[in-house]
Amino acid sequence: MKKRGSLKRRNTQFIILMLLPAVAMVLIFTYYPMLKGIVMAFQNYNIFNINNIEWVGLGNFKELFTYTPGNMFYNTLWNTVKWVVISLFFQFTIGFGLALVLKKKFFGSGVYKGIIFFPWAVSGFMIGIMWRWMFNGTSGVINDVLVKMGILEQPFGFLAEQSTALYSVIVANIWYGIPFFVIMLTAALQGVPEELYEAASVDGATALKKFYMITLPCIKPVLVLTLLLRVIWIFNFPELIYSMTNGGPGGSSHIITSYMMETIKSLNYGKGSAIGVIVILMLSIYTIFYLCITKFDEMED
Amino acid sequence: MTAIRKKDVIKAALLILKLAVLSLTLVLVLFPFAWMLITSLKGSQAEIYAFPIKYWPEHPSLVNYINIFKVGNFGTYFLNSFVVSAAAATVSVLCGIFGGYVVARCKFRGKKAVLFFFLFTQMIPMFVMLAPLYGMMADLKLINSLWGLVILYINMTIPFSLVTLRGFFHGVPRELEEAAQIDGCGRLASLFRVVLPVIMPGIASVFIFAFVNSWNELFVSTMFIDVDAYRTIPVALNSLILKYDIKWGEMAAGTIVAILPTMAMFTFAQKYMAAGLTAGAVKG
Repeated sequence: MKKRGSLKRRNTQFIILMLLPAVAMVLIFTYYPMLKGIVMAFQNYNIFNINNIEWVGLGNFKELFTYTPGNMFYNTLWNTVKWVVISLFFQFTIGFGLALVLKKKFFGSGVYKGIIFFPWAVSGFMIGIMWRWMFNGTSGVINDVLVKMGILEQPFGFLAEQSTALYSVIVANIWYGIPFFVIMLTAALQGVPEELYEAASVDGATALKKFYMITLPCIKPVLVLTLLLRVIWIFNFPELIYSMTNGGPGGSSHIITSYMMETIKSLNYGKGSAIGVIVILMLSIYTIFYLCITKFDEMED
Repeated sequence: MTAIRKKDVIKAALLILKLAVLSLTLVLVLFPFAWMLITSLKGSQAEIYAFPIKYWPEHPSLVNYINIFKVGNFGTYFLNSFVVSAAAATVSVLCGIFGGYVVARCKFRGKKAVLFFFLFTQMIPMFVMLAPLYGMMADLKLINSLWGLVILYINMTIPFSLVTLRGFFHGVPRELEEAAQIDGCGRLASLFRVVLPVIMPGIASVFIFAFVNSWNELFVSTMFIDVDAYRTIPVALNSLILKYDIKWGEMAAGTIVAILPTMAMFTFAQKYMAAGLTAGAVKG
């Protein structure tokens, strides 16, 4: 008995020691500053007011949600919805289509997939720089192509006009996100047992029927997971907007995370942190929904 | 006869369609990179800003590359980025191995909480913590220090490393370790001698992922480094964005230099990364 007890203690020690480096690191450098940041959301912490910080309760939140002509917050929220929904829809449908084409291995398909994966090696910031250059209003390649095709009469400042700035960034975001779906969904499609298709062929099923009856049900778990995870990533992705439009013109292309970034950068920590708290709340609610669907209990093993 | 021919025609048409889709995709994926490369090889402003566009440089020149390395100190930035990313990725993978192994293999209370602890970090927008973090780093005298960056990048990449490696550990049969332990290996020894070699592809891809994420990171490094000698590549590129425009020739050259190493690494690890990401996604 005694020996067993000490074995158990040693086991616990082992677990704690192995987890300690990672847990301590994240606790000190992520959770501690995050909690401090959340506290700031309830203070009037800003550049004009460094030495005289006071509690303002929900003041920062009220400022965000009060409707005034200069308040961009509602517009930003609506942009966030457009940003997530449009980007996700096209990333997914195009990615899924390509995955279906790539399902059957062919000569050079490994290399091909490697090349399709390229955009992923590059940061959102640099992707934004590349697309900003292509969308350039005076000598951008996209303008050149559209003028030559006769769609535009003269170059158009895509990133400088309120009507097109956000949609231009969304185009870049779609381009950036497609490879993720291609890779994940090709892997999933290749995992569907071939015998199922053969059996269906014997029964005389059409290609479309096979798709609905076999392919979709088999890859449904991966489908749901990638879609749900992707929402969080797109939501928390201000880099592209930062480097393409920096929220402009006139704040019209901000999403909530890039708006928060700009607020913090202008040293209005109180208001910026309040936006951060809203972001955390939104994502937490979303994640609870996500965990309910995917059943958190199954994660343990 | 005619029925067979009809089938062949459909088959051929489908093949052509498939080839067309694949080629078009390839062009669309590669074009932005190619365009950056072409821009970087244009020597004069007049050529860069010409409209209608010149799709091939008239006098290809390396002047933009020479500028960023000679005038712009890009060699130093490159080295800084490399050292910081390699150090951060190494420690991050080690922490991920220890933690991921325990979470995958041992039974203990609060395991769900530990997993949640790491997954939740992915939902925290980084800018919420930047201001308090600045105060902390100032107290620790880690402003304008590459060590400071290393610490913050370890912290940034640990959750992904740990959760993904946990997925890989799940794939290793338990019997393998048990056999080693019966032979008298301690737990750590069996982990390093028996288990790690099996998941080497996974470790390599997690390392590359951590490296690339650190290599690409912009906001933390702009906030914590403002001495030229300690700048990383993204910070240097960011400083090429002027108030109203960008020096496009140098920016293009800098972008090409910045993405070459990461692209090489991703090409190498692409096969394993898909597996790793799927494991990570499915297992949470």
